Amino acid sequence: MEVQSLDAFFGEVHAIRNVSLDFEDRRVTAIIGPSGCGKSTFLRCLNRMHETIPGAHVSGSVRLDGTDIYARGSSPIRVRRHIGMVFQRPTPFPTMSVRDNVAAGLRILGDARPSRKETDAIVERALRRAALWEEVSDRLDGSALSLSGGQQQRLCIARALATEPGVLLLDEPTASLDPLSAQRVEELLYELRKDMTVVIVTHNMQQAARVSDTTAFFLSGELVEAAPTRTMFTTPADQRTEAYITGRFG
Amino acid sequence: MLAVLAGAAVIATLPLVFILGHLVREGASALSIDFFTRMPKPVGEAGGGLANAIVGTLILIGIAAAIGLPVGVGAGLYLAEYRRSPLATAVRFLSDVLNGLPSIVMGIFAWQFLVRPVGHFSALAGGVALAAMMIPMITRTTEEMVRVVPVALREAALALGYTRWRTSLTVVLRTATAGIVTGALVAVARIAGETAPLLFTAFGNQFWSVYLDQPIAALPLQIFNYAVSPYDEWHALAWAGSLVLIALVFIISLAARFATRSRFGGMGD
Repeated sequence: MEVQSLDAFFGEVHAIRNVSLDFEDRRVTAIIGPSGCGKSTFLRCLNRMHETIPGAHVSGSVRLDGTDIYARGSSPIRVRRHIGMVFQRPTPFPTMSVRDNVAAGLRILGDARPSRKETDAIVERALRRAALWEEVSDRLDGSALSLSGGQQQRLCIARALATEPGVLLLDEPTASLDPLSAQRVEELLYELRKDMTVVIVTHNMQQAARVSDTTAFFLSGELVEAAPTRTMFTTPADQRTEAYITGRFG
Repeated sequence: MLAVLAGAAVIATLPLVFILGHLVREGASALSIDFFTRMPKPVGEAGGGLANAIVGTLILIGIAAAIGLPVGVGAGLYLAEYRRSPLATAVRFLSDVLNGLPSIVMGIFAWQFLVRPVGHFSALAGGVALAAMMIPMITRTTEEMVRVVPVALREAALALGYTRWRTSLTVVLRTATAGIVTGALVAVARIAGETAPLLFTAFGNQFWSVYLDQPIAALPLQIFNYAVSPYDEWHALAWAGSLVLIALVFIISLAARFATRSRFGGMGD
């Protein structure tokens, strides 16, 4: 996935300034930066969620497998089916069972909608990939709200995986979780990158160092630098990056 | 201070206690199986019931709900989804005005458009008058209930590739359902006892009728007619009718409580 001179706005406010960044296939890219630097906004531009906010708009291009998702005639609905997203707080649908939550993305596929039997198989596979199957296999018809916070977040990951997206976006997915649950999600990301491109926004620099192959540092809506994670955390090229990762601000 | 507040709380419930006590004392004696299954008898004959009025009230509530629910829920969803559009602002303001409108005005409105052109009273006109009272109530509750559904849920659905309308219907509206059902039942309970809008629409009927284009009996109307009559038997029936009406409202309110306990506990609790 390649981002070319992307600008994002909230009405008059210029939130993302001319960002170009390539995401390597089947790698984890971490986006770090202080609060309000635009990292979440940037992430939301990658699956056209930014434009769902009234007054928000985007210019520039985001190419996925060579096709610009912002091209004229490109449907944001279709884009979002191919690019999964997980949010900061777990967002299970409260009226749906565990099973229906995972299958939520399959139900809207129209003619391509899998049969009941296929759906069950897909649900199991998604839950296994999200490392949740063992814990919920005996209560698939129970409420998604009865799961713990960490389980709910993995349920949301399973929900995003069920439609087999090529890219998974995560917006501070462990920020509201306890350390053990956070660790499980991190381990999960390590597994997932075998099949897909992962982009994770995080506040936590140790987390970025642990889970990512590439790290990108944002400041005031601009991309300061992007480099292999090891390089980034040992010999950053830009002084501002060094100042941030050594804890001098942010 | 505590004594004053506790006193106020007791006084607030006293009317209900007195009303219930009085109704049971005066009306319970006239309550029997006959009351629910028999037709009114002419003056002087003992016995008889209000079967036609009970069925009439249920039919009127049915018509009102059949019109009021879809319109009210639809309008409420619109207000919540497009909350800043000029139309939404206007509808919200008018709903609040309508909510405070005297119910007899609703009756006049229904009479003007549904009784006068046709030339006779009808159950339909009564149901429409009641629906006109329900719609603003349901509209505003629906809007409030949809608004408290977290934005994060809406975004989660959109991020899965749900279209906007599908998100509204299958995720947002479903999450808000328990609250909307409660609001709808409260609205039903409020219109069940309305008399004024029925005076010159449903009109009342001494005979058995379930036809929507004919005048129809209703409990509140029957209570009014019997209460102002000079006959003791009719007075007893009026008391019994009041008791049944209160029981009906009470049952609906209880149902509203149960409805908030959705399948999974929902967000109503």
